[in-house]
Amino acid sequence: MENQALLEMEKNACKVRMYTIEGVFNAKSGHPGGSLSAADIITYLYFKEMKVDAAHPDDPNRDRFVLSKGHCCPSLYGALALKGYFSGEEIKSLRHIGAMLQGHPDMKHTPGIDMSSGSLGQGVSAACGMALAGKYDKADYRVYAMLGDGECEEGQVWEAAMFAAHNKLDNLCLIVDFNGLQIDGSVNDVAGLEPLDKKFEGFGFEVLKIDGHNFDEIEAAFNKAKTVKGKPTVIIAKTIKGKGVSYMENQVGWHGKAPNAEEYKVAMDELNAKLKALEA
Amino acid sequence: MAETKKIATRESFGLALCELAKEHPEIVVLDADLAAATKTDIFKKAYPDRFFDCGISEGNMIGVAAGLASCGKVPFAASFAMFATGRAYEQIRNSVGYPHLNVKIAGSHAGISVGEDGATHQCCEDLALMRTIPGMVVLNPADHYEMTEAVKAAYAYNGPVYIRLGRLAIETFNDPDNYHFEIGKGITLKEGNDVTVIATGLVVNEALKAVNALEAKGINARLINMHTIKPLDKDIIIKAAQETGKIITIEEHNVIGGLGEAVSSVTAEYCPVTVKKIGIDDTFGHSGPALGLLAEFGLDADGLEKRIESFMKN
Repeated sequence: MENQALLEMEKNACKVRMYTIEGVFNAKSGHPGGSLSAADIITYLYFKEMKVDAAHPDDPNRDRFVLSKGHCCPSLYGALALKGYFSGEEIKSLRHIGAMLQGHPDMKHTPGIDMSSGSLGQGVSAACGMALAGKYDKADYRVYAMLGDGECEEGQVWEAAMFAAHNKLDNLCLIVDFNGLQIDGSVNDVAGLEPLDKKFEGFGFEVLKIDGHNFDEIEAAFNKAKTVKGKPTVIIAKTIKGKGVSYMENQVGWHGKAPNAEEYKVAMDELNAKLKALEA
Repeated sequence: MAETKKIATRESFGLALCELAKEHPEIVVLDADLAAATKTDIFKKAYPDRFFDCGISEGNMIGVAAGLASCGKVPFAASFAMFATGRAYEQIRNSVGYPHLNVKIAGSHAGISVGEDGATHQCCEDLALMRTIPGMVVLNPADHYEMTEAVKAAYAYNGPVYIRLGRLAIETFNDPDNYHFEIGKGITLKEGNDVTVIATGLVVNEALKAVNALEAKGINARLINMHTIKPLDKDIIIKAAQETGKIITIEEHNVIGGLGEAVSSVTAEYCPVTVKKIGIDDTFGHSGPALGLLAEFGLDADGLEKRIESFMKN
């Protein structure tokens, strides 16, 4: 990625992380760990990859994104706010009574959300349906769906994977946010998935493995995915849970917990310092 | 009256889909490896490009339907009632119900009249499962003409609909020249003042025979065909409760969670009367010929006649 573009992308990703911390802190609940691990890829999707227009969130020809790991919506909300789908002020009332922003994505009330999600495993099937509709209509939009590594324990993911390959949904690109941790501990300890790449290959996918925090690798993978014909692509992105907030990184305890006031300040100070450095 | 011909409502469903699809290119059909049984194969033959077999993966099928609906298609997703509503309940609840997507779910082989396949396939809980989902319309047509009209109405309604289909070929009793289907409006098939019988689905015709036979025995029963379980026709129930006092409900479904409890909740709130619930008494079915099972469970015309008579005498 060209230097200036990379710098802008990193600034946006940092702002998305700040929105994430802001939202979870004010909600006094939520899932910062997986939101932060997904933040770079979600930022790239909305600021480079996808053909979307915040002024026309229902454009039938837009690209679609399904956050199958719906609990990580704080980062998605951050990206949508930054893109102008709604005011950044909304983030402060995340999870509050009467708020637009629900604890898990709600397509009925939030502009920019293409599918309600949160019950793990279901988003990939919905993305398959969207991709199938695109094929049926001979439309050229693409469909992206992000799932967690732990989420791959759900059987429905593999039902959907078989469906995607069988129907040659090359307009579908899955991203596995492989941060290695789930609620009960490390994915390896709870219900090991490896070799995940071989599993997806066996299910008929083009498999790309990248560092999910390296924008050059992210860009190369998404560009490659667009050239794959006749089968769906999965990008297995190695990520760090809690990425960007020092004390949250690789800590399973930050899967579903909000920072207290002191922790919030530390996190925001770190992210502000990072943003300042990028803007300098 | 209409000519008497026997046809299973699953077949009526498949035929109705084909008719409707002629004018509506956004209709697509999904199945989970049961097209020959749910009769979506009729649609598949007519519109192979608009038919998608998801294989034996009902949960995925419902999710795919949700995605298609989000892109403007009107998917009809079919499987056996047991697997469509039981296996995929949570997918229906979260991927279809919560976002109120325009997905139509068809559950075939409902009730004990599945027959020989036995309890694992005899779903007597589907109406209960589907009516608890906010915004879900639940339809249980009683014969060929009613199914034909119900499919059209399901299409016309913008939101999730569950339609119950039967396996058994049954007599057609509605008169197509004088038939009007409206979601949420029960149909009075026979007037009467001693008691009101409210039946749904495949057993409506059996109930009709039973109440006609009871007329000769001096029991003047009203019969209502409640083809829509949700939204339920409160007005027709309240009126019946006020005018006939007692109510008997008849369904090929567990008495827990189905028509009987839905009717009871209306009477309890607006006009308390005795509601006798006839259905499957919180038990599983078993293998056997469909007609034999309906007789064994007291849901054929003879059985219903005896049970209504017995209730009226006590």
